[in-house]
Amino acid sequence: MNKNHEPLIRIAKRDAMVWWKAYLIRIVSVILALIVSAVVIFSITKLNPFAVYGSMYRGAFGTTGKTWNTIRDAMILLCISVGLAPAFKMRFWNIGAEGQILIGGLVTAACMMYFKSMPTVLLLIVMFVTSCIAGALWGLLPAIFKAKWNTNETLFTLMMNYVAIYLTSFFVDFWDKKQSHSVGIINLDTGKGWFPRLFGEQYILNVIIVVLLAAGMYFYLKISKHGYEIAVVGESENTARYAGINVKKVIIRTMLISGAICGIAGFVEVAGVSHTISTSTAGGRGFTAIIVAWLAKFNSLTMTLISFLLVFLDKGAAQIASDFNLNEYASEMVTGIILFFILGSEFFINYRLILRGKHKEVAAK
Amino acid sequence: MTLSSLISWIQGAIIFGTVIMYGSIGETLTEKSGNLNLGVPGIMYLGGIASLASTFMYELNVPNPNPVICLILAMVSAFVASALGGLIYSFLTITLRANQNVTGLTLTIFGSGVANFFGGSLNKLAGGVGQISVPVTSSVFRTNIPGLSSMGAVGKIFFSYGFMAYLAIVIAIVSQYFLSKTKTGLNLRAVGENPATADAAGINVTRYKYLSTCIGAGISGMGGLFYVMDYIKGTWANDGSIEALGWLAVALVIFTNWKPKNAIWGSYLFGFCYWLYLYLPSSISTKLANWFGLAKTAHMQNLYNMIPYIVTIVVLVITSCRKNKKSQAPAALGLPYFREDR
Amino acid sequence: MENVTKVFGSTVANNKVTLDIYSGEILSLLGENGSGKTTLMNMLSGIYYPDEGDIYVDGKKVAIRSPKDAFDLGIGMIHQHFKLIDVFTAAENVALGIDEKLNLKEVSARINEICEKYGFDVDPDQKVYDMSVSQKQTLEIVKVLYRGANILILDEPTAVLTPQETEKLFDVLRNMRADGKSIIIITHKLHEVLSISDRVSILRKGEYVGTVDTADATELSLTEMMVGKKVILNIDRPEPENPVKRLQIKNLSIKNSDGVNVLENINFDVFGGEILGIAGISGCGQKELLEAVAGLQNTCDGSSILYDSPDGESAIELIGKTPKQIHNLGIALSFVPEDRLGMGLVGSMGMSDNMMLKSYMDGHSFFLERKSPKKLAEKIKKELGVVTPGINTPVRKLSGGNVQKVLVGREIASAPAVLMTAYAVRGLDINTSYTIYHLLNEQKKKGVAVIYVGEDLDVLLAHADRILVLCDGKLNGIVDARNTTKEEVGLLMTKLQDGGEGK
Repeated sequence: MNKNHEPLIRIAKRDAMVWWKAYLIRIVSVILALIVSAVVIFSITKLNPFAVYGSMYRGAFGTTGKTWNTIRDAMILLCISVGLAPAFKMRFWNIGAEGQILIGGLVTAACMMYFKSMPTVLLLIVMFVTSCIAGALWGLLPAIFKAKWNTNETLFTLMMNYVAIYLTSFFVDFWDKKQSHSVGIINLDTGKGWFPRLFGEQYILNVIIVVLLAAGMYFYLKISKHGYEIAVVGESENTARYAGINVKKVIIRTMLISGAICGIAGFVEVAGVSHTISTSTAGGRGFTAIIVAWLAKFNSLTMTLISFLLVFLDKGAAQIASDFNLNEYASEMVTGIILFFILGSEFFINYRLILRGKHKEVAAK
Repeated sequence: MTLSSLISWIQGAIIFGTVIMYGSIGETLTEKSGNLNLGVPGIMYLGGIASLASTFMYELNVPNPNPVICLILAMVSAFVASALGGLIYSFLTITLRANQNVTGLTLTIFGSGVANFFGGSLNKLAGGVGQISVPVTSSVFRTNIPGLSSMGAVGKIFFSYGFMAYLAIVIAIVSQYFLSKTKTGLNLRAVGENPATADAAGINVTRYKYLSTCIGAGISGMGGLFYVMDYIKGTWANDGSIEALGWLAVALVIFTNWKPKNAIWGSYLFGFCYWLYLYLPSSISTKLANWFGLAKTAHMQNLYNMIPYIVTIVVLVITSCRKNKKSQAPAALGLPYFREDR
Repeated sequence: MENVTKVFGSTVANNKVTLDIYSGEILSLLGENGSGKTTLMNMLSGIYYPDEGDIYVDGKKVAIRSPKDAFDLGIGMIHQHFKLIDVFTAAENVALGIDEKLNLKEVSARINEICEKYGFDVDPDQKVYDMSVSQKQTLEIVKVLYRGANILILDEPTAVLTPQETEKLFDVLRNMRADGKSIIIITHKLHEVLSISDRVSILRKGEYVGTVDTADATELSLTEMMVGKKVILNIDRPEPENPVKRLQIKNLSIKNSDGVNVLENINFDVFGGEILGIAGISGCGQKELLEAVAGLQNTCDGSSILYDSPDGESAIELIGKTPKQIHNLGIALSFVPEDRLGMGLVGSMGMSDNMMLKSYMDGHSFFLERKSPKKLAEKIKKELGVVTPGINTPVRKLSGGNVQKVLVGREIASAPAVLMTAYAVRGLDINTSYTIYHLLNEQKKKGVAVIYVGEDLDVLLAHADRILVLCDGKLNGIVDARNTTKEEVGLLMTKLQDGGEGK
């Protein structure tokens, strides 16, 4: 009779796990994911998966140019993740990075078009500031409603994405005099408002901006009073009230920062990478970055690593596509599989399974 | 506006609306169990590609494809593939306790990756983008009721669609009935409202969550099937439009206040908004376009397309401001439930 | 029930309890907080499974593994926290989880039938969110009866009811008794025990004390059985040295979100250099009282809490100020809340970071000053003997006693003028408890006004200088802890004095 009572497997919370064990589990999960992906690739294409992974490496780091492209894209992804980190640490589900990036990129593009006569340095500063403000405003709106009426921010920010997308689309059409649904490369002739080459390299400024932001965010969250407040609010609003923290103020302030950094990501993408604006400027990276920030537990260093891993997969898959005559979406598939495994592995870090047998002596009486 | 353009507006809205109606009914069922699955776009992708891939291979390898087999193959493969997507989500969030939002977004990435990967491969197999065709299957899905559809305006408005447009309405009504009138529906709603209470009443919370998420995903996947077979007439395009439609389906869930019956008119309303730019009386459109300084009236489309999302935000804000308990959003939506070891 | 034992971790909630219930009777289950009444009943209703012992229903040995098993045996429990779904109608709530085809009309008809039989008043089509507390409770009872229960367990049913509603409930219970049902009612209120029940069973600290016929019992005899013999505790109690008035609480009233009064017109003074114990059945407004002083509660108009600072400046009104404003005025209020990890500490942070929870905003720097909290953490770890792998280990991972040491240590370290503690020793072992008593005494000697909300009367009697007793949100008396008896305090806790004012 008692035997039936106790379930076959019980789940219990685990005490703190040694850090290297936790990392071991994560690494094992990534390896498992790569094996599964390899099986999938092999079963579809009958290609040697190792050759496939080899060419992935070549795709990401094969030439200096490719390496720089990998760095460039990783920086953008990192920038967005850095922007999302404070919001998510506060347990504010900012699914709206996509829109915040677009709005930031949109005003950057507008500045590039309308302020052609400005000196380059001033123009860069103006673009930086306006993209900050635009992104911040896009993040502010859901934050106000969340603070005031506890409006569901997940769905609110999600909807704001599409408002931004159609607004971008509207302006693209508005600026596009050739009616080709594209603004083309902005200032192709003058390069006005483009990031200047520093030390002979094209993407140095991108790296500087993003690394500064990432480092700044690291310290902001770790050693500033604001960061402390964010951590307390994210843990328990009750504790925050007990500690005398103005929860509404913290929510609004944090979302302003989060939106602003996502806006900067749009600025870097438009002025420093693509020099154009379209509805695909954000390209789903606002969603990917959520996963980056979440898995990294908002630590800038870990976010950098994960950003590089995902961009590596992306670049590598593009290479496979051309090497083996496949298509580039293989990367999204592999990314999805790897993320599923990492998400699942967290369970084994936080919980342990207890089989029924171990408690028989108590249950049996 | 002429009658004929009004009719084609209605037709466009209904076809557009049907895609997101499937998506939103499926998501409503999922959300009623307390699972906020942001993987709807991915699931619709999975449904779409599964139906296309299976029927394409069938039509390619069989000299005289049987329409009935095409139909069954498409629907079963779409449902199974989407439900599998729901199963992945369920396993990760319910059993492995992963975060719902993150898992949902990952499912969207995965689904669009898988779909576009195979879609691209199929394109290549068929000899180029847009060259895929599944004539038999597509025509089965696009067959309308003989006789009725040629009954002038009425026939065009009501009877000019493939059977899946009607099936969507049937599913909406059945889901509504299921949720509000049946034992199982009542239990399901209890799980989404207050899983602890449902648990105490002897309801198997885990089983309800798994089943409603998987079946919900299967229904959402029908939206992808309809999009591929009917909306774009049996081909594949890597243009991300399924993703946009998927998010619109999520918005529609909020707009309908978690009631499948509202999805019937809500989805058509979204469809009307989508096609507004083509059919709004040109005098108004031109005036607006001039006012915004647009070169082409068609560019107003972008602003019209915003309407469903803005309306959804307004609905969201109003329901939260009124703090009314009558709102149909499941109280435990997005929250995990684990009966912790006491 | 025979020899039923339930163990949670290292605490024994019920130790070899034996209980009989006959049909057609009302049995009261009496006991202090934490005496294991609810645990015992949860084993009958299938929430817990006994570690030892057997349960017999109608003479047959049964195994109750889930609430469903309990229903099948005709046992139904009405929990203190209602298990109802707000957006459902009464009928839908009743139908939930029953294995039969859903026919709400039929359900409504049967609900009306039950209502008529026992004199309830439930509208089957009313939504739960439109119901009053007593209506919800009625619905819970209907729900249980609908499932054909013959044994009803009510866990503190009157705690949320007005006297009139209580009378109505008792009438219904008597009707059910006449119908041959067995009813177990858990309560603290002695006059209710005497007016409603046929027999009374008493639990104390998880042990079964005995059962008496109500006819032979008096309030005094029941209190004696409930609180037990006075235990001599070896807690120091230094004489208060020239106490000074520190807080004046006047006309304090608080309503909860349902608009029910949780505190009504409370007046008392708190003195520096003494320990003011607060006794009362749990949920009588203790939590709200402390939170009001800490600036965490919205109070009704006319409430006033005046603070007289030790340096003799004029009194400051605390009502209407946020915790931050109070802190910025230089008023050192310390508060050890009941919910340690959900309110007093941040579970995911280490000791060190928790030290600055209330002081992190001091100074003008944008950055945190981490050196002194770290030093403080080291000091508390050493002086209070906190067992932790390191001062950066998340406090959530520490044991309950160590968590409490961290919290109390921090609150004392801020050199408070007023120190409020809620259930400071709950769940702690003897040694840690004595450490806490000792710390509070030290504060008292320093002239701090200590407010000690406790549940163990022995401790309150041995430790506090004065004891304020709350009953049902009203001040039911303030007694001198040195010259009172356990029975006197016990009576004040359970029976409202006329006019609400004691000695």
